[in-house]
Amino acid sequence: MRNLNPLNIWRSFLALPNTTPLKTLGVAFLVALVCSVIVSLAAVTLKPLHDKNRLQARVSAMIEMLDGIGAGFPQQRWVNRTTGEYANRKTQDQTLLKPELDLAGLQQVEGVFEVYELRQDGRLQLVVLPIRGVGYKSMMKGYLALKSDLKTIAALTFHQQDESPGMGARIMEKEWQDLWKGKNTIDENGVIRIKIVKGKSEGVYQVDGITGATRTGWGINDLLQFWLGPDGYGPYLERLKLEAGS
Amino acid sequence: MTKNHAPLLDPILTSNPVTLHVLGICSALAVTTSLTTSLVMSAALIFVLSLSNATISLIRNHIPQNIRLIVQITIIASLVIIVDLILQAYLFEISKRLSVFVGLIVTNCIVLARAEAFAMKNPPLPSLWDGIGNALGYGWILLLIGTIRELLSAGTLMGQTILPLVDDGGWFTPLQMMALPPSAFFLLGLLVWVVRTLRPDQADEAQKQEDAS
Repeated sequence: MRNLNPLNIWRSFLALPNTTPLKTLGVAFLVALVCSVIVSLAAVTLKPLHDKNRLQARVSAMIEMLDGIGAGFPQQRWVNRTTGEYANRKTQDQTLLKPELDLAGLQQVEGVFEVYELRQDGRLQLVVLPIRGVGYKSMMKGYLALKSDLKTIAALTFHQQDESPGMGARIMEKEWQDLWKGKNTIDENGVIRIKIVKGKSEGVYQVDGITGATRTGWGINDLLQFWLGPDGYGPYLERLKLEAGS
Repeated sequence: MTKNHAPLLDPILTSNPVTLHVLGICSALAVTTSLTTSLVMSAALIFVLSLSNATISLIRNHIPQNIRLIVQITIIASLVIIVDLILQAYLFEISKRLSVFVGLIVTNCIVLARAEAFAMKNPPLPSLWDGIGNALGYGWILLLIGTIRELLSAGTLMGQTILPLVDDGGWFTPLQMMALPPSAFFLLGLLVWVVRTLRPDQADEAQKQEDAS
C-alpha cells in the first residue's frame, strides 16, 4: 500500500535519482516557486517606499527645473482633457486611446489632467505640463514648461526613465535638457514642429539628438506630438491663448 | 591559517577573483567612479554571493546535472532582484547612480564561477565563507580603485573634500580622466602587475589556466 503521509512523499521525492524526469521537473518547479514567492514578497513589502522615492524624485525634478529658470512655485490646477476647461478635482476616469492616436504609447489617458500655472497679477507667466511616453524600452516621465506665449519652451526635464545607461538615459542630464530652452513648439500656423534631429540642429524647432539614443529621441518626439496635440494639452493651450488674447 | 578559514581568507589575497582570475571587470570599471558607489556595489555583491553560494550548496545534491545552470541562475537572479529592490527603497539616489550594474550582478562571472566551482561540491557553511571571501576579495579592489578615482578626479572621498580644488581656491587640479572608465583599466592593470610581481607564482598560474582553456 502506498504511504500518503506528505513527509514520506517528500522523502521519496528527494530520494529519486537526479536523472529522472520527475525529479528534474520537480526541482525546477520548486526552485522557481520559492524564488518567485520571495521576490514577490520583497516587491510588495518595499512598494510603498519605492512610490515615496518616485514622488520625491518628481517633486525635486520640478523644483530644480523651476529654480533653473528663476520661477516661483506654480499653482496646481486640474483641466478637462477634451474641453480644456478647468475641472474642480482629479477624477479616476480613463479613456482608451485608439492605436493610431496613441503616439506616446500610453494605451489610455486620464480624463482630467494635472497642470501647473504660474500667474502674476492674474496674467499667465509660465505653464508646466507633466508629460510621459514610451522611449526605446521604458516609460519616460517629465515636465515641459512653456512661457506665456505658450510656444517658447522655458525648460524641459525628465525625472523617471529606464533607457540604456550612457545613451538614452542621458536625457536626465542637465546639459542636454538645457538645449531645449528657448526652442519653439509650434509655428505661426499652430503646427507642432518641435523635434529632435540627428546631427546639427538648426533653428528654433530642432534639438540635438543624443548619439546612440535615436529611438529614445523618436519617443520624445512622439510624446511631444501627443501631449501638445488635440488629444493632450491642445484644447487647454488653445483656451489659454484665447484668454490671453481677450 | 587553519583549514576552516581557507575559503574565507584565500580569495581575499592569494586567489583573488579580480587580480588572479580577472573576473568581474565590467562592473569594476563602471561603478568605481566614487567610493560610495564602490562601497554599495561591494555590499550588494557580498549579499548575493554569500547567499547564492549557501543556497546552492544547501540543495546541491538535489540539483539535476542537466538543469544545474538554470537552477543556479534562478537563485542568483532572485537574490539580485531583492538587492535591487532594497537599494531602490533605502538608497534611491545611489541606486540611480549604479543604474543597471546592480542588475548585472546576475551576469557577474564571479557569482556563477563560485557556484559552479565551489558551492556545487562543498557543504553550506564553507560555501558561505567562500562566498563572503570572494565578495570581499572583489570588494576591497573596488574600494581601492574607487578611492583612487574619486580622490584624483574630484578631490573628495564619499563626497567629503580631502584635496581642495583649484576652482574652490585650493591647490589640487583634478585629473578629469580618472572620472572615465579607461582609468579603471589602467589602475586594475597596475594592480595586477603589482600583485604578480610580489607573487610571481600567480602569473604562472594564470598563464597555465589560459593555456588549458
